[in-house]
Formats: sequence, structure tokens, C-alpha cells
Amino acid sequence: MTAIRATNLSKRYGGTLAVADLSFDVEPGQVTGFLGPNGAGKSTTMRMILGLDRPSGGSVLVGGRPYAELRHPLRKVGALLDAKAVHGGRSARNHLLAIAQSNGIPSSRVGEVLETVGLREVAGRRVGGFSLGMSQRLGIAAALLGDPEILLFDEPVNGLDPDGILWIRTFMRQLAAEGRTVFVSSHLMSEMAQTADHLIVIGKGRLIADTSVAEFIGRSSQGYVRIRSPRLAEVADLVKVGELHPDHLRVTAMSTLEIGTLTARAGIPLEELTFVRPSLEAAYMELTKDSLEFSS
Amino acid sequence: MTDILRSEWTKIRSVRSTVWTLAAAAILLIGIGALINAAQKGSVDEPVTAATAIQLSLVGNMFASLAMATLGALVISSEYRTGGIRTSLMAVPKRLRLLTGKIVVFTATALVVSAVASAVSILLGLLIAQPPSVDPGAVAGAALGSALYLTACGLFGLGLGVLIRHTPGAIVSAIALMLVLPQLMYQLPGQWGRTVADYFTTNAGMMIVLPVRGDSALGPWSGFGVYLVWIAVTVAAGAVLLQRRDA
Repeated sequence: MTAIRATNLSKRYGGTLAVADLSFDVEPGQVTGFLGPNGAGKSTTMRMILGLDRPSGGSVLVGGRPYAELRHPLRKVGALLDAKAVHGGRSARNHLLAIAQSNGIPSSRVGEVLETVGLREVAGRRVGGFSLGMSQRLGIAAALLGDPEILLFDEPVNGLDPDGILWIRTFMRQLAAEGRTVFVSSHLMSEMAQTADHLIVIGKGRLIADTSVAEFIGRSSQGYVRIRSPRLAEVADLVKVGELHPDHLRVTAMSTLEIGTLTARAGIPLEELTFVRPSLEAAYMELTKDSLEFSS
Repeated sequence: MTDILRSEWTKIRSVRSTVWTLAAAAILLIGIGALINAAQKGSVDEPVTAATAIQLSLVGNMFASLAMATLGALVISSEYRTGGIRTSLMAVPKRLRLLTGKIVVFTATALVVSAVASAVSILLGLLIAQPPSVDPGAVAGAALGSALYLTACGLFGLGLGVLIRHTPGAIVSAIALMLVLPQLMYQLPGQWGRTVADYFTTNAGMMIVLPVRGDSALGPWSGFGVYLVWIAVTVAAGAVLLQRRDA
């Protein structure tokens, strides 16, 4: 069953359209990356999914129902929006206890999730003193309290150190492997490349792509062969279809084998003959270049 | 609903500001009452009556009420300050249920603390003043009135907190509506001005504690009723906005 379904979702703030006619489905058992430049409307969409912001138009269903109609929402959906959005004066344990109690979740779960995210030792400490990494873990603990089948993370790796990033990445993969729905937003393509199976890309509040990661790269731009040689001009004459750059030749219409064969027959030495696969970052830049809010 | 009440109880008991504001309310009430009673005792020769001692022991209500209003405002405005309101609304997306939970838990907490503080303040006042005779009924009635008034002031603060969503803004509004404007209203000219003043927030509400102005148009209970209407309107306006606004 589709975990999250947005249908013609829109959100207008004054005269600005933050989200425009957005429709997409998020499926269980995989990590779905929600990608877009800053200001694309990712957080607004997430808040609408969670019933925090009211859509100006369209609708979004979670497990087939509007979020506000879920009886114990945290047992169905767990979300991490802003890790620092906690009352700093409360201990980690009390923070989680209050959340658990509101949804009839047994208080024993508090200890379990603290253990899961590695915060058991600091459970009694006031969360105001937590580092960003610890706050992020606390936020994830809160999302996990109700053992939900759907998880939303808004920019979870922002500001984390490499250890923290790796931990979150592994953790999201694991949650998806357990059959849960993981919907994670990011403005970094490279991050999504390592985590996501599926991508929903938006720009200026509109849907740009809804595709698997592999398909996304293939569709957005082709690879090319890069050739370097002390006799580059001769190579260019030989292959005819190349694009000559100061220090290398770029060929899209021929394979490395074809080019290699030609140059070998002509006896031209090569310094380099490489097939360059476009990076996800490049594909993403290509796709969103028209939708950046502020272009530099 | 029980789930929400338990959760809100955990929230209110697990932050220091709750203890501070409640302690401030109790200390202001008891301390000012004791000081004034001691001063009164030392300045007059004839014995102080129980009624006077009780009244003096509750003068601190004016300041204790602000501490209560602060706690009331914090119950909701601190969640807006930290962003925790989004966590709360994710857990309880039916917003009026969340607000109801906060109101019930706050009212119960405030009522217990202010009843105890009021009783202690009155008993201490009587102990200092040593009046010739004491009517237990009057003591109980005064303690009840004081506790109800302080709790109501806290709810006023809570209503302002929901409405304004900003701690300093809510507290400044509470000071204006509970302390400053009620006094200014007595400067209004004519009979209508006097009526407006009598019906204005704490001018009406205080009737249940200290009916100092014997010439008020309102009695203790009718005055308190009028005050509750002010509070109900504030909370209702806040509830409507809570339902409508994006969190």
C-alpha cells in the first residue's frame, strides 16, 4: 500500500507559491529521497504531510488517511523535522516520555529507543546542552518511539560530522530494509546518491522528476569519453565527432574501444582514454538549474 | 484524553520554570501577606480583627497573580519558542484536544498550589495578627476565593500565550490587562466609566479575594464570573487561531 500520497498539493504564503500542484507517491520498503534546492518547498511539503501546515489546495494522505485523522499518529508515522526544536530544560528521558504518553506508547519504549540511538548514558541530562549530533539522535529516537511504519526525515545530515552522517545513512537503509517507508529530504544530490533508491525532485515547489536513482542519472545526461594525447589534434581529425577542449577531447558518439582501435591503427599514443560517467550531482544541477530561486 | 493529560503532566513537571513560577507565586503571596500583617500589628494598639488579618494576608495576590499568569503563558508559549509545538501537534494533531489537555493539567496544578499557598498565607497572617476570635468558615472561604482567583489569572496567561505565541509578548499583555489597565479604567469619567472599570478583568475578578471597593457594581461571585468571561473569550480566540494557523 502506498504510504504517502500527495495529490495536487499546493501551499501559498501571501503571494508566494511555495508548493505548486505537487503529486507523488511514496512507497514502502525503500528510501525515497526528496530532493530540491534550498527553498524548493521540501519542508513545507513535509509539514503538510504531518498536518502542521494546511494545504492551500489538494491533499496528502498518510496510509490512506489525512494525518490528523490517525488515532495514535506516532504509532504510524515518525518524523524528524528540526532536531533543535526541543525544550532545552527537559531531560532526554522526560522529553521522550511526554511524547510516548501522548500516544499511549509504553514508557519502556523510551529506554529502548535511547539505547537504539546510543543516548542511554545521557538520558538524564538536559537536552539544552546536547550537541547537534546528539540532538539529531534524540530526534530520531522520538521518531522511532511508536515503532512506526512510515518515517520522515527533513535534512537529517545537515551540520553533522562524518561519523554522524554515516550513522544516519546506515540507519535509514536499515529501516527501509525492514520494510518501512523512509522519506528523507535533502538539498544534496551526493547525499541522496548514497542513501536513496527512489527520488522525488522538486524545484520552486513543482515536481521535476519522480524516478529511480539509476533512471535519474541515465535520463538527465549522457556519459562521454575523455581522450588526452600529445597529438590531440590528429585524434580529433581521426574521430571526427569529437569536441575539442584545450587539454582533452570529448566524444559522445563512440565507445572507448572504437576510439582506441582507431588511434592504435594510426599509431597515435594516448595519455588517457576514459569513459566519464556523469555524477549524480551533475545530473541534478542540470535538472534543477532552471528552478533555482537565486541563481548566482 | 488520559494519554494527553499524562503527557502534559510530564511536560509541566519536568521543566524548572514551573517550579520557579509556582514558588515565586507562593513566596510573593505569603511573604507580602506576612510583612503587611506584621507592619499592621506593630502600628496599631487595638487588636486586629480576623477579617482584617485575612484581607491583609491576601494583598500579595496582586503580584502572585502575575507569576501564575507567567506560568500559564509558558505552558504554551515555551513550545512556540522552542519549536516543540510541532512535536506536540504531530503527537496530538487534534489541536483542541492538545489545548484542552494543557488547560486541564495547568488548572489542576495551579489550583492545588494556590490553595495551599493561600491557606498558608492566611494562617500565617492570623498567627502574626493574633485576632481575638477567628471564624473558620471565613478562613476557608477566603482561601478558596484566593485560590480560584490565582488559578483564573494563570488561565488568563495561558489564553494570552495561545493567542500571542510569544512569551514576552504574552507576559507584557498579562501585566497590561491584569495590573495597569484595570487601574487606568478608574480614571474614566462618569457612571459609564465606572461601570467599565468595575467590569474590567481583575477589577471584577479581585472581588472574590478582597472586595476592597465596597461600591463595586459586582459582588464576589458575580465579579469572578465576569473575570471568567474575559478569560473564556481570550482562550476561545486563542483556540480559533490555534486551529487555523500553521504551526
